[in-house]
Amino acid sequence: MRKTLQCTLGAGALALALQAAPPARAADLEQYIPLPSFRVGPYASSGIPLFDGIIDYLTYVNETQGGINGVRLTWSECETGWLADKGVECYEQMKNGRNGSPTPFFFPLSGPIAAALAERTEQDRIPLVTIGYGITDATAGAVYPYNFPIMANFYSQSSSVVNYIAQLEGGADKLKGKKIVTAYNDSPPGRETIASMKLLAEKYGFEDIQVPIPLPGNEQTAVWRGIRQHKPDYVFLRGWGVMTPVAIKTAVRFGLPAERLIGDIWSASEEDVIPAGASAKGYKAITPNPSGTDFPVLQGIRKAVVDAGKSSLRDKNSFGSVFYNSGVMQGILMVEALRKTQEKYGVKALNGEEARWGFENLSLDEPRIAALGATGLLQPLEVTCDDHEGGGSVRVQQWDGQKWTVVSDWVVAERDLLRPLIDAGAARHAKEKGIAPRDCGRPL
Amino acid sequence: MTFFLETLIGGLLAGTMYSLVAIGFVLIYKASGVFNFAQGAMLLFAALTFVSLQEQGLPFALALLLTVVVMAIGAIVIERTVLRPLVNRSQITLFMATLGLSFVIEGLAQGLMGAQVRALDLGIEDVPLFLGEVMVSQFDLVAAATAAVLVAVLALLFNRTRIGVSLRAVADDTRAALSIGINLNRIWQIVWAVAGVVGLVAGLLWGARQGVQFSLSLVVLKALPVLIIGGFTSIGGAIAGGLIVGAAENLAEVYLGPYIGGGITPWFAYFLALVFLYIRPAGLFGERAIERV
Repeated sequence: MRKTLQCTLGAGALALALQAAPPARAADLEQYIPLPSFRVGPYASSGIPLFDGIIDYLTYVNETQGGINGVRLTWSECETGWLADKGVECYEQMKNGRNGSPTPFFFPLSGPIAAALAERTEQDRIPLVTIGYGITDATAGAVYPYNFPIMANFYSQSSSVVNYIAQLEGGADKLKGKKIVTAYNDSPPGRETIASMKLLAEKYGFEDIQVPIPLPGNEQTAVWRGIRQHKPDYVFLRGWGVMTPVAIKTAVRFGLPAERLIGDIWSASEEDVIPAGASAKGYKAITPNPSGTDFPVLQGIRKAVVDAGKSSLRDKNSFGSVFYNSGVMQGILMVEALRKTQEKYGVKALNGEEARWGFENLSLDEPRIAALGATGLLQPLEVTCDDHEGGGSVRVQQWDGQKWTVVSDWVVAERDLLRPLIDAGAARHAKEKGIAPRDCGRPL
Repeated sequence: MTFFLETLIGGLLAGTMYSLVAIGFVLIYKASGVFNFAQGAMLLFAALTFVSLQEQGLPFALALLLTVVVMAIGAIVIERTVLRPLVNRSQITLFMATLGLSFVIEGLAQGLMGAQVRALDLGIEDVPLFLGEVMVSQFDLVAAATAAVLVAVLALLFNRTRIGVSLRAVADDTRAALSIGINLNRIWQIVWAVAGVVGLVAGLLWGARQGVQFSLSLVVLKALPVLIIGGFTSIGGAIAGGLIVGAAENLAEVYLGPYIGGGITPWFAYFLALVFLYIRPAGLFGERAIERV
């Protein structure tokens, strides 16, 4: 009885204290952002500049704008090694937020982690955001409300490559009779483009040849000997890690010109071409975020963060590299999604359910991208409930032996052609899992 | 027929690259009965040290020499801090120690030399050569020649020097070797240093092909089926195993792959190793364990 009375009095006192406390000011608020980084292990060379780019952009927003409408950004890193088991562990540690701020979203930055978390994040109502990887069918937001393969899913990457080849050949009609080999890493993400390339081949009349390359791919002589037998006109290279430089070197050794190899987003960094040495000269690859330091946002980061000694970068040569710029681009998306969310839910620390609305209403047009200083670095985006990709474009860059040079404008994918594949996959998933699709204004 | 020959020769040459990695395992297993899980990390560390020294402006020969010195010092440190305290422990204990050692070496390498990917140019062009109509890789030919030279040097070391005789004595019967005054600790230091140098040679060749990066330590996965087929205690076996694996996986990928989905090289080598385990458990050149029961 005495204990109950104590509890009641205590609760009453707490309620009074809370009522008496002044409302939190924006300057007192913090928005937590989880960063599941991979700075050690086989993929550290990619992870270090990537997460440095994200952190430098978040620092830039804090330093130059005082955060988002006064809400300062805070973050913590958890080492995943890019591995699913550690990624899940990090997610469980981070999903409840920090210092009173909830977790608004989770960028896993790893295919295996994204796959492992797909169901958990739906249950926890935390947006899982994947750029250039993840589950392609999650583009259908009606079935995957908390999964966002924003910008360029695997289908769009393959379609953009085919459209770029059509540009090189002088028109889509010239694709007929051509041979396009897709040399893909033999993993679930690697196999994602089989269906889209088949569909594109049926439409344009090119011969679609699919060749798996087992990971890690440090010996590919037999595979490329087989590819050479096909006498391909182009090779769409879908590598990851060491597979890419070995593929480029081996392909060139077998007489395939580097200019005819077009890498996907994950075969498009400096780390992919430098080990290939002279063989990589002329090699092309698609990217949603070209390298370079001339973008105004990069100049701003250099001035406010790097030169001010506040950068996360240890190796300053990575500034402006593909992975660093990918980090900056991902940072921009994080901030813009939170900014949008604040429009509806107010200036405060936001949670996953609220941030989902922000992502589903994220609209970045050319003027806004220019205002962000990211023209050419970031493509226009229009994410909706029905379309969790929102973009579907890439730029093509070419390695000259020393640096990447952008050789195309934004190449747009044929998203309308590919959408039925996505809808069919999403409908299958909904049936298997017993999910009732949301009403996103269009039946699946 | 030309294509078959080209695939076969290409496979055999690729196999010598696997053999180079496998030889490092054989050396340590012969001398101490330990399967050195850290061989991949040693290979990575050696290549990374060499490239880092070159980045500091050191000429090739000096960088190579200094890397050999670093690997020798590393061998002494490993013997003193890891192996000596565990002497007379079971083989599984020593194996687990090398497992831990591999993570320590990798972490140390990244901490000291960074994680960025480095290009390694040995001055060997990776261009095709034509022997008649058969295309072979110039780089693979150099790798095969290097393996041949390495095997010859190791054969001289084992058969024509006092150290070599001591090494063989330890490998044959450790207790008997100790009883006649052979310094086991010194032998282990020498063996680990030689394995480090072999790792350096393998690391340079693999590094030139794929870049010096952390996934370099994964090339050991290719050495395991080679060891099972050739035997864990024979350098000749490592060479033969490498040739068999290289040729078989290349032929299988080209002629069998299209019928079963392709991408079969990694598991086909292990499948082959399993077949050999049934037929010849000690490997082609391995020592058969004969025990009195």
